[in-house]
Amino acid sequence: MTVATIDAVHTQVPRGRGGGGPAPTRIVVAYGFWIFILSDFVMFSGLFAVHAVLSGNTAGGPTGPELFNLRNVFIETMCLLFSSYTCGLGALSAERRQPERFLVFAAFTFVLGAAFLFIEIREFAGMVAQGAGPSRSAFLSAFFTLVGTHGAHVTGGLIWLAYMVAQVAVKGLRPHVLRRLLCWSLFWHALDIVWVGVFTLVYLMADFQ
Amino acid sequence: MLGRLSWAAIPFDQPLPLYAMGLVGIVILVVLGIITKKGWWPYLWREWLTSVDHKRIGVMYVALALIMLVRGYVDAIMMRSQQAIAIGDAQGYLPPDHYDQIFSSHGTIMIFFVAMPFVIGLMNFVVPLQLGVRDVAFPVLNNVSFWLTASGALLINVSLVIGSFARTGWMGYPPLSEFAFSPDEGVDYYLWLLQISGVGTLLTGVNFVTTILKLRGPGMIYFRMPVFCWTALAANLLIVAAFPILTATFVMLLLDRYLGMHFFTNDAGGNQMMYVNLFWAWGHPEVYILILPAFGVFSEVVATFSGKGLFSYRSMVLATLGICILSFTVWLHHFFTMGAGADVNSFFGIMSAIIAVPTGVKIFNWLFTMFRGRIVFTTPMLFAVGFMVTFVIGGMTGVLLAVPPVDFVLHNSVFLVAHFHNVIIGGVLFGALAGYNYWFPKAFGFTLDEWWGKASFWCWLVGFYVAFMPLYVLGLMGMTRRLQHIPDPSWRPLLLVAEAGAIVVFLAILCMAAQLYVSIRTREQRRDLTGDAWKNGRTLEWSTSSPPPAYNYAVLPRVETIDAFWEMKRRGLTAGLTPGEPAYQTIEMPRNSPIGFVIAFFAVIAGFSAIWYISWLAILGLLAILVAVLVFGWSENREREIPANEIARMERARLGLGRPA
Amino acid sequence: MLDWANSTRDAPHGLASNARHGPRRSGLLRLLIVCAAVLVTSCQPAGVLDPQGPIASAERLLLFNATAIMLVVVVPVILATLGFAWWYRSSNARASRAWDEAYEGRIEFVTWSIPALIVILLGGVIWIGSHQLDPRAPIPADAKPLRVDVVALDWKWLFIYPDQGIAAVNQLVVPVGTPVDFTLTSATVMNSFFVPQLGSQIYTMGGMTTHLNLLAAETGEYPGFSANFSGDGFADMRFIAKALPAGDFDAWVMRARGTGSALDDAAYAALAKPSLAVPPTTYRSVDPKLFDRIIEQTVAGPPLPNHPPHAGEGRVGAGADAAWCPPAPQAGG
Repeated sequence: MTVATIDAVHTQVPRGRGGGGPAPTRIVVAYGFWIFILSDFVMFSGLFAVHAVLSGNTAGGPTGPELFNLRNVFIETMCLLFSSYTCGLGALSAERRQPERFLVFAAFTFVLGAAFLFIEIREFAGMVAQGAGPSRSAFLSAFFTLVGTHGAHVTGGLIWLAYMVAQVAVKGLRPHVLRRLLCWSLFWHALDIVWVGVFTLVYLMADFQ
Repeated sequence: MLGRLSWAAIPFDQPLPLYAMGLVGIVILVVLGIITKKGWWPYLWREWLTSVDHKRIGVMYVALALIMLVRGYVDAIMMRSQQAIAIGDAQGYLPPDHYDQIFSSHGTIMIFFVAMPFVIGLMNFVVPLQLGVRDVAFPVLNNVSFWLTASGALLINVSLVIGSFARTGWMGYPPLSEFAFSPDEGVDYYLWLLQISGVGTLLTGVNFVTTILKLRGPGMIYFRMPVFCWTALAANLLIVAAFPILTATFVMLLLDRYLGMHFFTNDAGGNQMMYVNLFWAWGHPEVYILILPAFGVFSEVVATFSGKGLFSYRSMVLATLGICILSFTVWLHHFFTMGAGADVNSFFGIMSAIIAVPTGVKIFNWLFTMFRGRIVFTTPMLFAVGFMVTFVIGGMTGVLLAVPPVDFVLHNSVFLVAHFHNVIIGGVLFGALAGYNYWFPKAFGFTLDEWWGKASFWCWLVGFYVAFMPLYVLGLMGMTRRLQHIPDPSWRPLLLVAEAGAIVVFLAILCMAAQLYVSIRTREQRRDLTGDAWKNGRTLEWSTSSPPPAYNYAVLPRVETIDAFWEMKRRGLTAGLTPGEPAYQTIEMPRNSPIGFVIAFFAVIAGFSAIWYISWLAILGLLAILVAVLVFGWSENREREIPANEIARMERARLGLGRPA
Repeated sequence: MLDWANSTRDAPHGLASNARHGPRRSGLLRLLIVCAAVLVTSCQPAGVLDPQGPIASAERLLLFNATAIMLVVVVPVILATLGFAWWYRSSNARASRAWDEAYEGRIEFVTWSIPALIVILLGGVIWIGSHQLDPRAPIPADAKPLRVDVVALDWKWLFIYPDQGIAAVNQLVVPVGTPVDFTLTSATVMNSFFVPQLGSQIYTMGGMTTHLNLLAAETGEYPGFSANFSGDGFADMRFIAKALPAGDFDAWVMRARGTGSALDDAAYAALAKPSLAVPPTTYRSVDPKLFDRIIEQTVAGPPLPNHPPHAGEGRVGAGADAAWCPPAPQAGG
């Protein structure tokens, strides 16, 4: 029996079908983060399902159409959509290794995201002041939790963005910083996708309850 | 200042938990004392607690599972004993509010802190080795996952001592679990500790899905992966898809309890049926998360100890993925009696029956693997045969319960309890123990004592049957579950038989302890010198030394077939020295990190504070976690290099000891 | 390949050793068979296996049929497992061996078909059985159905007879051969109304009603209880279902109208307080709107905290007095 390492045997590594060995780190990190985002989508689906079931349970209290200000929702949505656009521009700048441009777009993204949060918090505070807080009825519990969870994710995203700005400013656009920026962008765009679901199902379709 | 926490939380007036806590406290202090006296702390910290090595993390998970198995068993024997004594007018020794905590913690511990860590530990240890790579995709995250799981286990044990645990059953159905009906800290313990460990589990899911899909060795296309890796993939896909539902559900129940919201309350429009649906939308995939890796273990074990390749690899893969997808279509069978109507009930009943098809196919495949094989009855193989008989009975009773009108008379009876213990003990536990015995030599470099292993198998087998077959009969006689005292004296003989069975299970646990003790004492005589500990290894992990070096493979093995190691042996190859040695290259491995331990430490503080309404401390704990993550995120030098000459030295030393077969 | 069996020191302890221990093992086996026989023959049919009404009988029949269908596969599989394990053990020189077989498509077809056929058969059983035994389906019979409204309380059962204008606690008296049309709810947490010998159980939930139809075909007394855990007093939440001949039932109703107190608001408020092991009682009259009001009340406001009556015994950190508990959350913004 000959003793030899198996990789000394010349083999045909199959192309495609994942036979090329471990993927590069950048792919692995982005893929893993994407799987995490998918899990987050599952969590949001749970909240969406609860909202769908409970949206009619107003317990004699205020309903959606009575409470929602669609003009503000429109402004919020525009802020978030534009922030996705500036996020994309920032990502492009990062890919082109242009840290200053990246920082400018990051600042725009941050401001737009913060504006979104500001409008949303004002909306929540207004509703609570009217006696339409989350403990008023099941519908309001579902509304506040679904929209609030999205808002909490946006808040987390902004904290993360500030942290990434610091990293880029201090460390520069090194490979691991770029990987994290990629993850952050995925996160931010995913939040936008969830928001599209939220404003459609929660705000626009409120009249159909 | 201290929220709801006060001295009243410690059960000074109750002897049972007080003495239990005293005993456990003494044991913990003795262990810590020994470690301190022998100066093992630096070693433990460096080599184990901060390790990001999947092999070490896997061992720690299994150790956690085995320790919690003892705690969960103690709950079980207390319940059995109470039910054996408290018959007719007798009230037994456990008042209702104790008994209720015990059955709730028994279920919670066994599912979340025994079964889950056991299968996750086995997947941790084995999957990267079987894939022919050096570690999982995110090793530091792996460490974080372990410590978050351990934090949950810590908190459930703290609930024994400080305050009380939930008294709602392990499922925590509202409205009973709502603040109005359970105002004390019990349900809060349940919710917070499961949220903490749930994050850990979710991160494990992300980690392993990425590893299996993106990080396989060269040449290992999907259809050359070992079946255990396929089942690990399916289980982790289920984790990623199901655990967020539990997270959302528990968030909602927490919001109901803490902020007065109305998701599941009786009043203000809450809907308790929603909780039941959401819980089981998680809960059913959860049981497949547990059983699929066990099926994977059996695929490896049956093939290895029949000396024959697994029959119909592609059927196995198809069946595994079929079970994975179908597990999301059956959840309503947990509550046929909630009144959904015949159309809905029959749909879910039929889907539940359909999921028995791929399961049946797997059983047939194992049977045909054994057919014309050369079967050797090692401990893992005994567990496999025991599983095949036992699980089939459990599966049958499951499909019986999937017939809605039959379920109408058996739901929530001890028939149901017998069914799920049948499949969990006969399936998950036997699989976990088979895997434990099977891979122990690979992990530690010496085999476990076979005699004690077989003794433990027979005690588990006999103990299970004697403890649970009477419950099938009692369920048919009309005994419902979770009874603190028994109304009908004619049930006494069967309850006594069940108690006897529980005692035999205790013997099984003693046998396992003896097995470990004897094996460690005689380890030099049972060293595995070649790495192919069972001599019939088929998959890549058996090509490494026992235990493998930190980097697993000096050169990642190229793979051309299923059962890559079997193929290597068939061609007369080992990863060995040629006259021209392979050109060893520098290997980069991740450094150890304390971040997991730190996050878990603050998670325990934050969780405990949240449970006791100590708001300022809870917020501080969360902030500390954030700060720790930000600090960790800033660090550089997260990898260490192992230079090529060091690799060469280690490889030569390793191969010098072993001789190719 | 290596003959693994001979190279380990532990091989003698495998099943091959059973041959040596033959007589001891078969003695043990005989003892087990005798014990099993004693246990089985000492069992009287009870509960689910002793149906006293058409629903329970049909469900028992389904149980037997489904079991029989599955045993057709399960028994051969178990025998084959034990048989193959024994026959193909490494020490059996007579067994034929094969090495790695390529996949065998025909066998695969069979391994998928057998479970699929069983499942198709079971699927039909499930569909038909579920529709025939739908709890909401009225039971065809000559007698006019009796309506009973059921309320699960902590920890007892209240049965209201809206057509007779009486109520009972922890006893359910029905006439033989008469379909009973239950409307069920809970005033507190989720319970499950269950009389095994009469048939299906159904959950009782606050703020809503569920429906069940049962029929007692024989006179007798049948144990009933809650089949969904509902708190510290759960084990005592038992009642007796009594099936009486029609004349005796009417007599019972007459007697109930003549004794006991009225179930008015005050009496109901007293009844609703948590209590255990309440002895069977009857009420001479009941407010016809009580059942609906119970449902409304359950939906309306936060209920009383659920302290068990013997609190202070074993309730860590809490006393019987509500003063310890933080205030119940306000139903407001």
